[in-house]
Amino acid sequence: MTTATVSSHDDHHDHGHPSGIKRWLFTTNHKDIGTMYMIFALIMFLVGGMMIMGVRAELFQPGMQLMKPEFFNQLIGVHALIMIFAALMPVATGMANWLIPMMIGAPDMALPRLNNWSFWLLPPAATLLVMPFILALFGIGTGAVATGWTLYAPLSVQGGMGVDFAIFSIHLLGISSILASINVVVTILNMRAPGMTMMKMPLFVWAWLITAFLLIATIPVLAGAVTMLLTDRHFDTHFFDAAGGGDPILFQHLFWFFGHPEVYILLLPIWGFMPHILSAFARKPIYGHKAQVYSFWAIGIMSVIVWAHHFFTVGMPLPALLYFMYSTMAISLPLAVLFFCWIATIWRGSMTFETPMLFALGFVILFGIGGLTGLVLADVAADAQYHHSYFVVAHFHYTLFAGGIMGAMAGVYFWLPKFTGHMYDEKLGKTHFWLTAISFNLTFIPQFFLGLAGMPRRIPDYALQFTEFNMISSIGAFALGLSQLLFVYIIIKCARGGEKASDKVWEGAKGLEFTLPSPPPYHSFTTQPVVK
Amino acid sequence: MAYKKLFSSWAGFAAIFSSGLVHAEYAWNFPEPVTPLARDTLHVHNEFMLISIAIFLVVLAIMIYSIFTHRKSKGHQPANFTGPSTKSQVIWTLVPFALLLFIDFVVMGIPAYHSVVMMEDTKTDAEIVLKVTGSQWKWQYEYPAEGIKFVSTMTTSEEQINNKEAKGEHYLLDVDNHVVLPINKKIRILLTSTDVIHTWWIPQFGAKRDAIPGFMRETWAKIEKPGIYRGQCAELCGKGHGFMPIVVEAVSEDDYKVWVDQQKAKLASAAASAEKQWSKDDLMKQGAEVYAKQCVVCHQANGQGMPPAFPALAGSKVINGPMLDASGHLIKDGHLDRVMNGKPGTAMQAFKTTLSDAEIASVVTFERNSFGNKMGDMVQPSQAKALR
Repeated sequence: MTTATVSSHDDHHDHGHPSGIKRWLFTTNHKDIGTMYMIFALIMFLVGGMMIMGVRAELFQPGMQLMKPEFFNQLIGVHALIMIFAALMPVATGMANWLIPMMIGAPDMALPRLNNWSFWLLPPAATLLVMPFILALFGIGTGAVATGWTLYAPLSVQGGMGVDFAIFSIHLLGISSILASINVVVTILNMRAPGMTMMKMPLFVWAWLITAFLLIATIPVLAGAVTMLLTDRHFDTHFFDAAGGGDPILFQHLFWFFGHPEVYILLLPIWGFMPHILSAFARKPIYGHKAQVYSFWAIGIMSVIVWAHHFFTVGMPLPALLYFMYSTMAISLPLAVLFFCWIATIWRGSMTFETPMLFALGFVILFGIGGLTGLVLADVAADAQYHHSYFVVAHFHYTLFAGGIMGAMAGVYFWLPKFTGHMYDEKLGKTHFWLTAISFNLTFIPQFFLGLAGMPRRIPDYALQFTEFNMISSIGAFALGLSQLLFVYIIIKCARGGEKASDKVWEGAKGLEFTLPSPPPYHSFTTQPVVK
Repeated sequence: MAYKKLFSSWAGFAAIFSSGLVHAEYAWNFPEPVTPLARDTLHVHNEFMLISIAIFLVVLAIMIYSIFTHRKSKGHQPANFTGPSTKSQVIWTLVPFALLLFIDFVVMGIPAYHSVVMMEDTKTDAEIVLKVTGSQWKWQYEYPAEGIKFVSTMTTSEEQINNKEAKGEHYLLDVDNHVVLPINKKIRILLTSTDVIHTWWIPQFGAKRDAIPGFMRETWAKIEKPGIYRGQCAELCGKGHGFMPIVVEAVSEDDYKVWVDQQKAKLASAAASAEKQWSKDDLMKQGAEVYAKQCVVCHQANGQGMPPAFPALAGSKVINGPMLDASGHLIKDGHLDRVMNGKPGTAMQAFKTTLSDAEIASVVTFERNSFGNKMGDMVQPSQAKALR
């Protein structure tokens, strides 16, 4: 099918690409860049995780034990920014870098230099985000951004220089995402193997195409909003100040016009993983390939018209409330199509339960809880009770941890043997799944009840009736945090060696990437394969 | 340090769980509703949750059945369908979506519509208006028709928060001045803020609405049962976000009238006292009280503040400088100007909107003569009144 299958990694050193640190700094290779994205994401996942361990330790019992409220507010906001922008988005981009060229039969990404730059913008961005913590240790500034990740004006206008650092960090992250998205779009539209029509494209590629469009459409709005914030802070504009004719709620509209699609930006690549993994371990073709593509489109388009359900309590005209309520409910329909297809894919299959399959099934069940609680949150009147409470915190961790992180882990376990050429330790992988799934639920189920009982989110200390559930939640969180160290160990172990992975890796695996050797050659397909 | 504390937490955890059966106050759902809105919300919530749980269980059951039956270890042979093929299969595929459409927009959509309409109708038959103003980190309440106005701040002590004292029953949920409201009357609640966005929330009222600086928002409550209801600020508003509780005391209409008369009498005596000449000792004494309530969170009990966000008052240039010019007007950014008009863009708010003349005069006098500041001068309430 292709000549690339005979070449191995070492043959390509005569191309003259540098080794050592220069290899990584100057690389234009999609696999090297993908690897860097994912290592970066893993490191930041641990950094963001450590922050929330501090938060959960403080919330372990009532009273202020370990930190001051100011520092608590910094931890929660930076935790969210890191997990969203520096962990979940980079891991998805890393997977896109690795997989898209291999899945569509291309040698590399279309714009390799831009690819290099879009990665190397990330470490400075993350540094900017975290630096105020370190500066504060030396008595400079008041620490990192303390407004929560939402940066709501006027609190963010009032905040210290941590807010400025966050604004510039968001600018860099935004540029990085837009560049990566342009690269993805150009690669997908131009570099598909002969015979691979749009509708034959693998679902992960489809999901990323729509993710990329969403990023290009919404990141500039966020960049604009934070720039307006910057000028409000330093150049006496009054975009968000009523005294000067502005409106604080304008910020929320702009922020969530980005923020809601962002949820799908984080989740679409994960939904793209699912059919690949479920069908491989059910040894059955993907159910409803077309239906899933159309659902991706429907969700992508609907995601930009429902943003105001994130702030129902600000007080909106009745027609606006009704519109945002019903349009939000409507998203459940294309999402239900996806669930239907995932379940129909495993239905009457011949399943085995390796780690990626466990994570994928865990994803379907737990993300289902996230989705259903989202449906009730859409109801404006009930939302008045849920909003700003721990119910919402639990809800979005079911979508973004169970849906995002656990889904991403399913993908990592599934393709890791392809990337490294070695099988990971299956026993440890399964242990990791069960520890993660159990401790995740132990952490977040109590938070649903805390929210219903009336505990507001983002408070550093709480009334006594919330004590027991907070303790359980903290214990779950510590276990969840510790379990992820096992994940790091498994990955390092797999990268260093282990049982040799076959080209196909999994008995039921399909797709062009599984026609390449494991690990694949430096330039994935030097001759394009022909897709029938 | 931290380890030790964590360790003692674990011990505490064990103790709480062993005694948990005795005084367990686990809440698995919304607290008891006391307004029509909260009752309706609870009803809608219960109904939607049951539907959601039912959908979840049905889907989960299908998955579990498949996971246990369609597995390789049982020798199940994989099928190879990729979509519905026959006409009846297509119809059966569409059934779940028709059902979901029906649930979304009829079963859930119609009650949700009525709830929203009810929630937003703040004006019909409203008998009393309560104006709520959020400020970092306290609530100010105003009854425009009665001319009553007061500030409500948390009374839980620093010692309790820092674990130096046993925590009281209403830890973090107690305030100095309760909002007193009559039962069975529709109260229109207007909300605004002087600095950042706050959210006024009492779970048992089913009412939660943001207080937005420069804008007026509204919600309503018709309390059906006398009692004391507690809530908290629900929107992150800075370091004191967790420490600005809301306490509403619902009483009978007669008791409400008695309370209104008391408040009016209090206000009248406060107004009278603003006219008289105060001694420095009286000003210092009252000033210390005001300081402890209004200023101490940021500027600290010793006046050292928490720089750079919250500057020290001890040795402050602003305080140890002139505050009135030769003709008796406020000097811009002088001490009195700062207290009365605040510093825009910071947590230092314009206290003339929340404090009485006597309170402003006394706290400024106190600050000028405490923490090592020795200005020796004082401000009379009548001066503060004239400078408003």
